[in-house]
Amino acid sequence: MNWFYFSSPSTFYTLAGRLAPWFFILAAALAAWGLYLGLLVAPTDAQQGAVYRVIFIHVPTAWMSMFLYFVMACYCGLTLVFNTRLSAMMARAIAPTGAMFTFIALWTGAFWGRPTWGTYWVWDARLTSELVLLFLYSGYIALSNAFEDPRRGDRAAALLALIGVVNLPIIYFSVQWWNTLHQGSSVSFKGTSMHVTMLTGMLVMSAAAWMYAIGATLVRVRSVILERERRAQWVRDAGAA
Amino acid sequence: MIANAQAGTPVAGSFAGGFSWAMARDLRLAWRHPDEAVLTVAFFALVASLFPLGIGAEPQLLTRIGPGVIWVGALLAAFLALPGLFAADYADGSLEQMTLSPHPALGWAAGKIAAHWIVSGLPLTLLSPLIGLQYGLAPDTLAVQALSLAIGTPVLSLLGGACAALALGARGGGMLLALLALPLFVPVLIFGAGASEAQATGLSATPHLSLLGAALIAALVGLPAAIGMAVRIAVD
Repeated sequence: MNWFYFSSPSTFYTLAGRLAPWFFILAAALAAWGLYLGLLVAPTDAQQGAVYRVIFIHVPTAWMSMFLYFVMACYCGLTLVFNTRLSAMMARAIAPTGAMFTFIALWTGAFWGRPTWGTYWVWDARLTSELVLLFLYSGYIALSNAFEDPRRGDRAAALLALIGVVNLPIIYFSVQWWNTLHQGSSVSFKGTSMHVTMLTGMLVMSAAAWMYAIGATLVRVRSVILERERRAQWVRDAGAA
Repeated sequence: MIANAQAGTPVAGSFAGGFSWAMARDLRLAWRHPDEAVLTVAFFALVASLFPLGIGAEPQLLTRIGPGVIWVGALLAAFLALPGLFAADYADGSLEQMTLSPHPALGWAAGKIAAHWIVSGLPLTLLSPLIGLQYGLAPDTLAVQALSLAIGTPVLSLLGGACAALALGARGGGMLLALLALPLFVPVLIFGAGASEAQATGLSATPHLSLLGAALIAALVGLPAAIGMAVRIAVD
């Protein structure tokens, strides 16, 4: 199999169009299952009551906000090293979804913080570094659109994204490195300190968020491809057909 | 353009050659237009003196907010000095000549940043004890303040230099540069202001200073290459 077959924008355009609906269907099914588990099946928390159920949105979106930045940075690295066209378009397509997840994570965190911590916002390390992540996403989007020549924007923004990668370990380890108000993680690769239904619900919701992110990226990359390649023959043929 | 590249005789480029050439050139240019460096320092002093007038001049309040205000003022002053780093060289084509020179980009990029720090970061560091006195900071806090600025402002110059090079010729100018650079400045601000604060409250400033030092080492290793790359992207 030739792995580079789909690295051409014209072939990937068709593939993305075929795959995107399936990822959205998968995301909807997983979200329905996850919300059912989270809101109806999972037991009420002994200390926090029903408020804790925010984690079924909060934790998956926070995970995805970091993971998507990592994926975006990988595509940016490919852009700079191999100067491939599609990787830059993919990075561009991921950024808005990543920014959205970051925003949701901060927003749901604020709603959870008000009843449990007594405040919407504290300037602790986890919250501050997640806010910086939102600015990094906005900076990436702004810089990639700031040039007449889109290829210049691709490369400049790619370098910025790679510099910003240092923020990821800071977010991830902030609850261990600093003694902060944000609690440590309940889930790790070694096991979990939470009820098994809660964990299942959270993981299913994460899978839903992941599938949604892939679907949304594929749809967005299709419009980026069309915009960039609008003078190419295959786009004209597709438009005429 | 390149002093030692005589017509027809190819010169072997080196890091040291590029570094010293770019630093000497930028320092000479700064010496001929001293107003830019003076403006940076004046801005810093001005911002720092606005806070007591706006918030109130109770001595206890001032010693409490002093370290943070001085760091924010220094950060903003360093930020405002950034556009001058590459913009003029980009506009008149010198930057393109530098990328064509035999010296590696790493060398002259580091040299330009070093010159920029000597013109902007160093005067801010030297002025900071004076501003600190206006805020009534204790002598040991003043020393830690100056030390944290001495370690932290080179990081600001390096990070800001990378952002300034990336934003060359971009739409949105200063606002875009703020969006790129200021979030990256956040850790430096936290550790820098944290050092003086820890000293003022009787804790050890060493952890903060060590983290700042680690940030400086990481920035020295990684960012000159990134700046060289950003300049290449800009002139391509």
